[in-house]
Amino acid sequence: MRRFSLKSLISEAFNAHQGWERQWRTPEPKAAYDAVIVGGGGHGLATAYYLAKEHGITNIAVIEKGWLGGGNTGRNTTIIRSNYLYEESEAIYEHAMKLWAGLSQELNYNVMYSQRGVLMLAHNSHDVQSFKRHVYANRLAGIDNEWLTPDEAKEFCPPLNISPDLRYPIVGAALQRRGGVARHDAVAWGFARGADAMGVDILQNCEVTGFRRDAGGAIEGVETSKGYIATRRVGVVAAGHTSVVMARAGLRMPLESFPLQALVSEPVKPVFPCVVMSNAVHAYISQSDKGELVIGAGTDQYISYSQQGGLHVPIHTLDAICELFPQFSRMRMLRSWGGIVDVTPDRSPIIGKTPIPGLYVNCGWGTGGFKATPGSGNVFAWTIAKGEPHPINAPFTLDRFRTGRLIDEAAAAAVAH
Amino acid sequence: MLLIPCPYCGDRPEIEFRGGGEAHIARPSDPQTIDDQAWAEFLFYRTNPKGLMAERWNHAHGCQRWFNALRDTVSDRILESYKMGEKPIGGGRA
Repeated sequence: MRRFSLKSLISEAFNAHQGWERQWRTPEPKAAYDAVIVGGGGHGLATAYYLAKEHGITNIAVIEKGWLGGGNTGRNTTIIRSNYLYEESEAIYEHAMKLWAGLSQELNYNVMYSQRGVLMLAHNSHDVQSFKRHVYANRLAGIDNEWLTPDEAKEFCPPLNISPDLRYPIVGAALQRRGGVARHDAVAWGFARGADAMGVDILQNCEVTGFRRDAGGAIEGVETSKGYIATRRVGVVAAGHTSVVMARAGLRMPLESFPLQALVSEPVKPVFPCVVMSNAVHAYISQSDKGELVIGAGTDQYISYSQQGGLHVPIHTLDAICELFPQFSRMRMLRSWGGIVDVTPDRSPIIGKTPIPGLYVNCGWGTGGFKATPGSGNVFAWTIAKGEPHPINAPFTLDRFRTGRLIDEAAAAAVAH
Repeated sequence: MLLIPCPYCGDRPEIEFRGGGEAHIARPSDPQTIDDQAWAEFLFYRTNPKGLMAERWNHAHGCQRWFNALRDTVSDRILESYKMGEKPIGGGRA
């Protein structure tokens, strides 16, 4: 792998940029691998990267039925924060946050991580109580989160309308200053490039169609659209399609897949300095470095794999955006789309072992998985390498739905997040 | 937005309805004897199919009655709807 540096940029500038090589290979599948990752999104590629980097397992294939980062990695609104309520969630999202901070250097690839601050608006007394509880819980865990008055929120985000005449006036806000955004595609590409350089085979346009198990029931290989591949360890990181893949191994999952919609505006000059989200009126907004307003809408109410949803869902969010930021009311929206998110009953992910020996799963990130990408891959790689969960993902078992030891962020946030 | 055929009111826009998730999940008839895994499967585990799915709907802003529908989760096309206690005919609506 040719590293990016000031020297290489200058020399290529005088070479009409003819010397850049492909960022990763397009290999043919081998007959056998030490481990196979099913799903070439951010989480899957990060898993392969950390398996090779931290655990020395480089004979790995990442099998992706479409193209790299073409699912939710390329469809989300790229918000990164770690101010969750419960200790288990704080630990995993903060683990990711710390990896984000050094990720561009780690990968030698600019993921454009920008810590511009994430502002969560409170519109009623329940929001105030809930967000203050989050602030105090986060501080106890060593995670920055602070409470702002409406005037302080306005100072941090000047476009914000804090008029008391709003239908749902802003009565305060919680701010995580370390939160922000990153370039979603670059995350997938950076992990892919780094993993490939260590010998990981990335197999695109290859679908896992079945699993082969030995006499004892353990995984001994996967059937794919490009032939049979022998392996004793499989990590499924298939997001919205996890139920479909796991059904091919004969397992049912506590998951439902919903379309989650987002949209972007026409690009404009820098007008929006941070990320603003509101659970109560349901709006997520930031501005990309390209200039588009990136707006996150909600999920449709029915299970679907169609990667699109009803227009009333983004309209509901745009109503809220226009109320909070009246100057955007005449902006034109360029495009909207949907991604299929796999939602668990408690809105916390499942990362760990399954009842089938050799089969591991990392799923259930629901509507908020992008922020966890490096942390999720990091602890999942540990789990696959050692056959036991890392202490950080140990609480996120599939078994918690039997024991009742839920990590109920659904109730904590009172909204999909 | 889906156009949902309520078996009582006819075709109505989706915003009049509340989705109720997978249909035909029976509550365990002997709750005293089943183990925790069986409870977990009743409460939390779902088929989540890619393809044909039977699901419940409530016509919340209409007749307020519950019914079932058969929908393809890839195309989102609703093939038929049927009342609680009935079975789908499976051939799709004419």
